[in-house]
Amino acid sequence: MTRTTRLVTLLVAVLLLGAVGAGAVLHAAHRSGMKDEQQADGPTVRAGTVSLRSTGTRRLLVRNLAWGPHRDEIATVAADDPEGPRTSSGVKCLRFHAAAGTGICLQAVHGALEDTYRAVVLDSHLRVRHRFPAAGIPTRARVSPSGHMAAWTVFVSGDSYAGTNFSTRTAIVDTRTWAIDDNLETFRVVKDGRTYHAADTNIWGVTFADDNRFYATLATGGRTYLVRGDVGARTLTTLHGNVECPSLSPDGTRVAYKKRVKGASPDAPWRLYVLNLRTMKETATAESRNLDDQALWADDHTLVYALPGDYGSDLWTVPADGTGTARRLMRSAVAPAYL
Amino acid sequence: MYLADSRRTDARGTQAAVPATVLALGAVSLITDVSSEMVTAVLPLYVVAGLGLSPLGFGLLDGINNGVGALVRLAGGHLADRGGHRHKLVAGLGYGLSALCKPFLLLAHTLPVLSAVLAVDRTGKGLRTAPRDAMISLATEPAHRGRAFGVHRAMDTTGALLGPLAAFAVLRATVDGYDAVFAVSACVATLGVLVLVLFVPRHLDAPTGAVRPSRTPAAQRPPQSLDAVRPPWTPDAVRPPRPPAPPRPPSLRDAVGLLRRPELRRLTACAALLGLTTVSDSFLYLLLQREGDLPAHLFPLLPLGTAAFFLLLAVPLGALADRMSRRRLFLAGHGVLLLGYGLVLSPWHGLPAVVAVLVLHGTFYAATDGVLAAATASVVPARQQGAGQALVGTGQALARFVCSLAFGAAWSLWGGRTALAVTAAGLAVSAVVAAVVLRTGDETTQEVRA
Repeated sequence: MTRTTRLVTLLVAVLLLGAVGAGAVLHAAHRSGMKDEQQADGPTVRAGTVSLRSTGTRRLLVRNLAWGPHRDEIATVAADDPEGPRTSSGVKCLRFHAAAGTGICLQAVHGALEDTYRAVVLDSHLRVRHRFPAAGIPTRARVSPSGHMAAWTVFVSGDSYAGTNFSTRTAIVDTRTWAIDDNLETFRVVKDGRTYHAADTNIWGVTFADDNRFYATLATGGRTYLVRGDVGARTLTTLHGNVECPSLSPDGTRVAYKKRVKGASPDAPWRLYVLNLRTMKETATAESRNLDDQALWADDHTLVYALPGDYGSDLWTVPADGTGTARRLMRSAVAPAYL
Repeated sequence: MYLADSRRTDARGTQAAVPATVLALGAVSLITDVSSEMVTAVLPLYVVAGLGLSPLGFGLLDGINNGVGALVRLAGGHLADRGGHRHKLVAGLGYGLSALCKPFLLLAHTLPVLSAVLAVDRTGKGLRTAPRDAMISLATEPAHRGRAFGVHRAMDTTGALLGPLAAFAVLRATVDGYDAVFAVSACVATLGVLVLVLFVPRHLDAPTGAVRPSRTPAAQRPPQSLDAVRPPWTPDAVRPPRPPAPPRPPSLRDAVGLLRRPELRRLTACAALLGLTTVSDSFLYLLLQREGDLPAHLFPLLPLGTAAFFLLLAVPLGALADRMSRRRLFLAGHGVLLLGYGLVLSPWHGLPAVVAVLVLHGTFYAATDGVLAAATASVVPARQQGAGQALVGTGQALARFVCSLAFGAAWSLWGGRTALAVTAAGLAVSAVVAAVVLRTGDETTQEVRA
C-alpha cells in the first residue's frame, strides 16, 4: 500500500466510524428527547406544591421516573392510592428521603467537564437549608425519625486506570448544628468485642433508630456485617453477618435487609430478609426475586422496595413476616418516603 | 557495546527525530486510551445510575485478573518473538480483543457479565503491552530509546486524560446515553486498531548488519516512506559483528533462557524489589486524602494530578535518561517517590502539600515507567525484545500486586501511617540494594568491553 492509499483508507474509516458514533449519539439524544414527552399509558403527573409537613392524610413521596416534563422530580401521591395522580415538586433528586419536615436530596450537578454531586438538606417547603459536596455517585439517603439527623452514601472510584474496585463513603450530619462526620470509616469498629482495624472497610446504608443510634452495613475482608452505630461515641459495633442495606422497623425491633443467599445465581445473589434484633432470627420474605435496594417500612408489617421496571424501576410491597406475596405498589418510581 | 548506548548520545545530540513507528504506536495508544478511559470514567455511573446496581461486588474478579494479566503478558511477549517477530500481529490481536469488547458492554446488564467483559478487555491489554514496547525499542536507535518511550508514554497519558472528557461530552449531549458512550468508545477503539494496521510497519527487526547510525548524518540516509520504516541498524547487537539472525524462532526454552543473562536478571530483580515497596496508587491517594485532611469531593481529582505531571515530564525525563543513565534515573525516580512518602508522613498538610505529593508522584512515573522499558531494551537481544519486555514488566507488576496485599494487611494491623512509614523504610533499603546491584552490572559491562 502506498502512503496515499493508507491515508485515504484512514480518512474513509474516520468518516465511517464518525458517522456510526454520531448516529449513536443522535439516537440517544432523540431518545432522551422522547423521555420529556409523557407516555400514553403512564401516570398523570402535575406540577404543584409539595410539603414535607404532615397534612392529616398519609402521603408517599417518590422520585418520579415516568416520562414527561417532571421526570426525576420528587413527587407525592396519596398513600392509599399510589397509582393515582402525582403532584410534582420541581426538585430533582437522584436519591431522596424525608421525615418530620426535613428532606435529604442527593443531586447531580452537571458541570462543563464532569458531573459532581451534592447532598442538600431541605426544609418542609423543599427549600435548600444546607448543601454539602459529595465525593461520588449517590446511592442511599435517610433522615432520622425526628428530622434532626440526615445520612447519605455515595460510591467513590478512586483509581482511574481500569479500576473496577469501588468503595463507599457515608456521611452523617446533624441538621441542628451542621456538624458533619463525612466519612464513617473514621469511627472505631468494635468486632467481637475488640477494636478492629482494616484498610478495606466500607460502610453504607445508614438507618436511624434515633438521633444518636443507627444501623448500617460494614464490609471488610469480603464479608458484610450489620453494625450498630453511635454518633456520640463514634463507634460501630458488629451484630450479625451477611447483612446489607438494613432498614429499621418503626417499632425498632426488626431490620429488613438484603441477604446474599447461597445457591442463588451469582448475578442475582440478594434476597429480602427480616432480622429480629432481639432473637437474631432471620425470616425470608415472600419476595423471591433479586433485590438491590434499601427497603422502606410502610408500617410495622409492610416493606416497600424498588425493582427494575419498564421505566427505570417500579415500587413493590411485601409483608415483613414472610407471609403473603409480593405485589406492585406503583410504576415508574424510586426512593420512597412516607409522610 | 550494548550497555554503553546511553553514553553515545553525544554523537548526534538531541536532534534525532522520534521514529515514525514510535509516533504511530503512540497514536494507537492515545486513541485506544481515549476509548478505554471513556468506559472507565462512566462505568460507576452506568452501574449505579443506569443499571440501578451497587457496584461493590465489582472488584470480585480483580485478583484473578491480576494473575491472569501477568501470565497473558508473558505469553504475549513470547508469542510476538516467535515466527520471525510477529509483534504487530500479537499487538493487533490485543488491541482488537479490547475493541471487540466494547460493543458487548451494550449487552451486559449484570455485574458478573460486566466483570467478564472487562476481564477479556484486560486480557487484550496484557497481550499487547510487551509486543508494543518491543516494537518501540526495535524501531528506535538505542541512544534515543529513553526519549522514544517518553514520547509514547506522554501520548498514552494524553489519551487517558482526554477519554473522560469525551465520555462526559457524549453523556451531556444525550442525557444518560451510556449506550452512546459505549458505541463511540467502540468506534474509537476500532480506529486505534486501524491506525496500527495501516501505519505500524510489520518488520522492524530486519538485521542489516551492525551499522552505527550515530555516525551516519541524517541527510545521507535514504528517505523513509511510511511503507518502509525500517531502521538500518541492528538495535541490540550483543556482539558488534553479529551473524545473521538464525531462522529458528526463539523457543520457550530461549524465553526462559533470557533469565541466564545477568544484566536482565539484575534489572528484573531490581524492578521487582522496588515494586515490592511501591504502594499502589489507590492506597497512596487514600492516605493522602486522610493525612492531608483533603475534602472528600476532591478525591477523584488526585489521579488526574499524577497523570498531568506524568504527561508533562515523560518526554524531558526520557531524554534525560538517554543522556545520563537509564538505571540511574530509574533509581532517582524511586528516590523522588520516597520523598513523596516522606511528605505524606510529614506534618505539612493542606492543598499545597497535596499538590507537591502529586508532582512527586507524577515525576516518579515519568522517571521510571518508560525509562525501565528503555533500560530493558538495552539488555535483551533484538529477537527476544517481546519476551524481555514482558519479563521485566510482569516482574514489576506482580511485585506491586504483592505489595498491595501486604500493604492492606499492614494497614489493618498498624494503621495507614505506620504501614507507609514501614514501606518507605523498605523502599530506601531496596533503592540502596538496587543501586549496588545495578552498578555492579555497569562495571561488569565495562570489564566485558575492556
